[in-house]
Amino acid sequence: MTDRGKRTTNSLIVAWTAAIIVFIYLPAVCGLLASLTGSRYFLFPIQKWSLVWWGKTFASLEIRSLLDTSITIALIVTTVSVVIAFFGALAFARYNWRGRKLYQRLVLLPIFFPQSVLGLALLLWFNTLGMELSWKTAVLAHLVWITPVVTLVISIQVYSFDPALEEAAEDLGANRWQVLREVTLPVLWPGIFSGALFAFLLSWGNFPLSLFTTGADSTVPEYLYAKMVAGYTPGVPVMGTVSTIGAAILLLGGYGLISLVRRRRGH
Amino acid sequence: MTGAAPEAASVTRGLSVLGRLLSPGPRNASPLLLLLAIGFVAPLVAIVSFSFGEPRSFDVFQAPTLANYRTIIEETFYQSFLWSLSFAALTVVFLAIICYPVAYGLVRVFGRWSNLITLFFVLPLFISENVRLYGWILFFIKGGVLLGGIKALFGVDMESVLFTPPMIVFGMIYVYLPFMLFPMTLGLSMVPTDVTEAASDLGASRWQVFREVELPLAMPGITIGAMLTFVLGIGAITEAKVLGGQSIIVITHDIEIAFTYSQNWPLGAALSVLLMLVVGVLVLAVLSRFDLDRILRRR
Repeated sequence: MTDRGKRTTNSLIVAWTAAIIVFIYLPAVCGLLASLTGSRYFLFPIQKWSLVWWGKTFASLEIRSLLDTSITIALIVTTVSVVIAFFGALAFARYNWRGRKLYQRLVLLPIFFPQSVLGLALLLWFNTLGMELSWKTAVLAHLVWITPVVTLVISIQVYSFDPALEEAAEDLGANRWQVLREVTLPVLWPGIFSGALFAFLLSWGNFPLSLFTTGADSTVPEYLYAKMVAGYTPGVPVMGTVSTIGAAILLLGGYGLISLVRRRRGH
Repeated sequence: MTGAAPEAASVTRGLSVLGRLLSPGPRNASPLLLLLAIGFVAPLVAIVSFSFGEPRSFDVFQAPTLANYRTIIEETFYQSFLWSLSFAALTVVFLAIICYPVAYGLVRVFGRWSNLITLFFVLPLFISENVRLYGWILFFIKGGVLLGGIKALFGVDMESVLFTPPMIVFGMIYVYLPFMLFPMTLGLSMVPTDVTEAASDLGASRWQVFREVELPLAMPGITIGAMLTFVLGIGAITEAKVLGGQSIIVITHDIEIAFTYSQNWPLGAALSVLLMLVVGVLVLAVLSRFDLDRILRRR
C-alpha cells in the first residue's frame, strides 16, 4: 500500500474512533444538561439554567442513605473479592495442576452469564435457604459475579510474573508467608490494584443483581431505575451525573497512580 | 519475620498443614471454588429443581412435573425467545462492523495514545446501564436534546423514534460496545506486523491482506467478542424496558414477569433453564475451542 493511501486510512480511523467516543459520551452530556435545568421537566434548549436540583439532591436524607448502602456494599465486595481473587488468580495462571482448564472455564462462566437471571436464581436460592434479603445478601450476589472478573484481571498480571523470583526467595531461606509478603504481593501489586478498582466500580454501578437481592434496602442504581420508570425529577440526572463523574475520577486517578508508580520503578 | 510473630507463625503452620493436603493449584483455587459452589452452582441447581415444581408453588420438595415446560411450548413464549435471539444477532453484526476500525486503530495507529483511548472505552462499563440508557431518552425524547434542538434551529416539529424495536438494538449496540471492542483488540494484537507486511510486499491488495491474513489470525479474539455480545444480548432486559418502552417483551422480561408480577416461580425457573442452556452451551463451546493461556498471555 502507498504511504498516501495509508495516511488516508489512518485519518479515517482516527475520525471514526473520535465519532464513537462522542457517541459513547453523548448520553452523559444529555444527563448533565438535564441536571442543570431549573424547571421540573427537561425541555431543550434550556430556558432557565440553575443548580437548584443539585442542592436539593444533596440535602435529601434519602439520597444519603442510598449512598451509604451503595458504598458499604462496594467496599465489602472490593475487600473480599480481591482476597479471594488473588489466590484464585494464582491457581488460574501461576500453577499447573490437574483440573486447571476446567477451573478456568468455571471461573469465566459467571462473567458471561445473564445477570438478571443470576439475580433471580440467587433470589430463589436465598428464599429456599430461608435467608432474609437485605444489603448483605446483595454483597454475596455481587461477589459471585465480581470475584471472577477480578480473578481475570489479576491473572493477566500473574501471567507476566516470573515464578523463579519466588523460588529464589525460598532458596534464600524465606518461608511461605515471607515470600508472599516480600515477593509475590509487591510484584503483582498493579494487577491487584486494578482488580480492586474494577471491583469497587462494578459493584457501585450494578443494577440487575441488586434489583433482586437487596430486599427492602436500596442502592443508587435501583433508586434511579425506580424514578425513571415512575416519578421523574431532575434529581435523576443529578445522581446519574454524580456517578459518572465519580467513576471517571476513580478510574483516571487510579490509572494515573499506576503509571506514576511504574515510572518510579523505571519500567 | 518481625513483631507479629506468633500470629503469623500459626498462620504459617495452618497453611503448611493445608499445603501437605493439597498441591498449590487446588489450594489457591479453593476459596473461589467455595464461593462459586455456594453462590453460582447451588442457585442454578435450585432454579433447575424449581422448574420441575408444581406451577405457582413456592416449594421444591414435591413430585417433579413437566407442566411448566408444557406451558412454555403451548403458549407464545417462543416469540420472546426469537426476539431476544434476533436482537442479540443484530447487535453482534453491527458491533463487529463498528468496532473493527477502532480495534485496528488501538493496535496499529494510535501508538502511545492507545492506553488513554482504551480508558475512555472502559469508563462506561462502570456506570449503571440504566443511567446511560436514560441519557439517550433525554436525547431522543420530544422536547429533548435532538428534537428540541431541531425545532429551535429549523422550526420543524418531528416525531420521536423512542419506544420502537430498532431503539432496542440501538441501546444494545451502545451498552455492549466494549465487550466486542476489547476481545477484538486482543485478537488483532495477535497478528504480527511482519506477516501483514510480508503479504503486502508479495503483492496482496489491502482487501486480500484483510481477508487472508488479518481476519483469520485475529479470529480467536473476534469470536470471543461475538460470543460475549451475543450472550449478553440474549440476557439483556433494561434496553427493551427503558428504550423499547416495553413495545417488545424479550425473554428476560418474560422471566422477570413470571417471578414478580404473576408470581409463578416454577414457570420463570423453567424459562431461565432454557435460557441458561442456550448460554451455557454457547459459552463452553466457544471457550473450549481456544487456549485461554495463550490468548491472555499475549497482553
